[in-house]
Amino acid sequence: MAISTVDGQKVWQRRDRNTQFKIWFAWLIGTAVFMWCWQQISAATTWQFFWDAPRIAADIGGRAVPPRWSYMDKLWEPLWDTLNIATLGTVLALMMAVPVAFMAARNTTPSALFVRPIALLIIVSTRSINSLIWALLLVKILGPGVFAGLVAISIRSIGFCAKLLYEAIEEIDETQVEAITATGASRWQVMAYGIVPQVLPAFAGIAVFRWDINLRESTVLGLVGAGGIGLQLQGSLNTLAWPQVSLILLVILFAVVVSEWVSAKVRGAII
Amino acid sequence: MSVALEARLGQPWKKPPFISSPGLRWALLIGGVIYLILAIYSIDVNWARVYRGLDRGWQFVIAFANPDFTSRAGEIKDGMIESAVMAFASTVVGIGISIPIGLGAARNISILPVYLVCRAVIALSRALNEIVVAILLVAIFGFGPLAGFLTLSFATIGFLSKLLAEEIEDMDRIQAEAVRSTGATWLQRYIYGIHPQVVPRLIGLSIYRLDINFRESAVLGIVGAGGIGATLNTAFDRYEFDTAAAILLMIIVTVMALEYLSGIIRARVQ
Amino acid sequence: MLRLKKLTKIYKTGDRALNDVDLEVPTGQVLALIGPSGAGKSTLIRCINRLVEPTSGTVELGDVELTGLGLGGLRKERRRMGMIFQEYALVERLTVMENVLSGRLGYVGFWRSFLRKYPQKDVDEAFRLLDRVGLVEMADKRADELSGGQRQRVGICRALIQNPSVLLVDEPTASLDPKTSRQIMRLIVELCKERELAAIVNIHDVALAQMFVSRIVGLKLGTMVFDGTPAELTEGVLTRIYGDEDWSETIQKVEDEDEMDAAQ
Repeated sequence: MAISTVDGQKVWQRRDRNTQFKIWFAWLIGTAVFMWCWQQISAATTWQFFWDAPRIAADIGGRAVPPRWSYMDKLWEPLWDTLNIATLGTVLALMMAVPVAFMAARNTTPSALFVRPIALLIIVSTRSINSLIWALLLVKILGPGVFAGLVAISIRSIGFCAKLLYEAIEEIDETQVEAITATGASRWQVMAYGIVPQVLPAFAGIAVFRWDINLRESTVLGLVGAGGIGLQLQGSLNTLAWPQVSLILLVILFAVVVSEWVSAKVRGAII
Repeated sequence: MSVALEARLGQPWKKPPFISSPGLRWALLIGGVIYLILAIYSIDVNWARVYRGLDRGWQFVIAFANPDFTSRAGEIKDGMIESAVMAFASTVVGIGISIPIGLGAARNISILPVYLVCRAVIALSRALNEIVVAILLVAIFGFGPLAGFLTLSFATIGFLSKLLAEEIEDMDRIQAEAVRSTGATWLQRYIYGIHPQVVPRLIGLSIYRLDINFRESAVLGIVGAGGIGATLNTAFDRYEFDTAAAILLMIIVTVMALEYLSGIIRARVQ
Repeated sequence: MLRLKKLTKIYKTGDRALNDVDLEVPTGQVLALIGPSGAGKSTLIRCINRLVEPTSGTVELGDVELTGLGLGGLRKERRRMGMIFQEYALVERLTVMENVLSGRLGYVGFWRSFLRKYPQKDVDEAFRLLDRVGLVEMADKRADELSGGQRQRVGICRALIQNPSVLLVDEPTASLDPKTSRQIMRLIVELCKERELAAIVNIHDVALAQMFVSRIVGLKLGTMVFDGTPAELTEGVLTRIYGDEDWSETIQKVEDEDEMDAAQ
């Protein structure tokens, strides 16, 4: 806020001139960057396809309806695999994320100088890379199949879970830890009595939250050969079997809605 | 000595269980164990294949120590720029569309029909996986960044409008009412009563979403929707782990930089 | 019993929290430590059981020098020092019973404590203590379901089940209402008498301190400026500890309250 004098009269303005100028400048830059970005996208697009899109969409839509319900018989097993990838992947990830989180939290790390940076590096590198990319890599290493998907999901989840968990650990009430230490408890007892009870609700919340995300992600892992219902999706897309595609998409949508419902219920029960 | 104490002395003590009904407790426990056994049993691991793959895994780890930025420098550069372009453009467009939808989806300032429509859009956007959307959009619009851009914009809408709506629903009602009591119009009410409260949070969320969009743009290429993902996919297909490592490192560094930047900007705005 | 010699603590920031403090507390004596915020009361207490590491000087408990101990030895000696906290510092998500039993952690092994399989005599003792403070019915309630006064009672039980010879009490009444404050102070003093415990009680409520304890030590900017009986705590002394203010009301009130107490 600023007051300036124009023609001998005081004029109120929300910001002074300099700030106002900076804000306009930022807008200008932002707009210019956006225009440039749009140009890039536009240059890489065959606009003919774009104008054709409504027709193509209608065409695909027409072929996709009605879904081929009988194909459902072949979807139960991949669906079971998908569920397992998500669940076991989450369990595996949590087992690895817990020690990483304790090493990364400022108040529990054994060494802030050596161990903590390593833990943070693990968190950042596993978190920045999407599970589909991990799957792409692991299919090459472990061979195609459910196992690669499982490992991909769990690696991707380590960083995510460890980050949220270590933030929760850093937020605990230190006096409770102090009180347990003052009784003459050992390091591990302090952990079990002073720290773990405080982060347990956060841990449960994170686990369910991540399981929900993992179920979504594991539905598409099959696209790169890492098992689950995505394999069927890929197969149907390749053969342009649109009625099957629409059925699979419906199943995925249903699975996602159910998982969201389950995770909401479980979180409600815990907290 | 009280009666309650006498009843307890000499008796063993046990922590009251988390789930008080024993039937439910055992059912959950046994059910969980059975599920785990079945699930683990149904995953057949070809250990011979894994063993052979270990060598490749090791090569990949080595590649990380020795990434190759140069031999496919042109493709990497184009891919990274395309990813950044998609991420930025889709975030801008996403924000533009999210603001009206977020306002419409806030129960305290919106009318019921508008509220329901906006919530439906949000639910749809959140339920559909980005990759699935990208596949469909590639089928409709053809290969290239346009499909990726549209996918990310759509995903941004679900993310931002939902959080925005929640923010508005939580915000200080009195402040908005004070402005309302001056007889302001709907738009004025928004600009003076709601906007100032929501903007800092919106900026923070937008930058966070830019970060997510960039990460996502790296995978959209796998299904042909433009960006660095296509280059990465090709590198993996050709077993050029050193190039793949270079790309992954660049993604990690960019994400870290964005996160750092968003931290600074958020601290300044709030 | 408890002897501090030239105890000094300088924090990393350069703040001198304690300055050559010499103090001796005999068995069975309850001592109140008063002084303005930032005088170093909390630091003093925490230097004794080494939750805060003293910079120099020594602390002796009986004939053991605490300041020279390694981690294992320190753990053993900490069992002899019960601590009671300002915000109760109960582990909120554990039950009352677990909180009380956590006072035995120094005596049982990790797995026993982890599986909550405490020796029967510890369990009995926990119930006896809970009964003594009137909370035996609450044993299986979660700590965060209790009121402030009840929580502080549980905190007292946790300290006593350690079977300590010294109690370190840090602002036990700061988060409580006046009535509960008195009840808690009375309970602490009574228990110390029953068990012949030495105790150092940090307290900022001068009137409350005068009411219950036999010896008062004043701390100002980390230095001891007063050591005497409640009767010797005059306006002049309070000004020396806390700075200029009209103290006549405080002292007056205390005398009134004492009379009230005597009349009851």
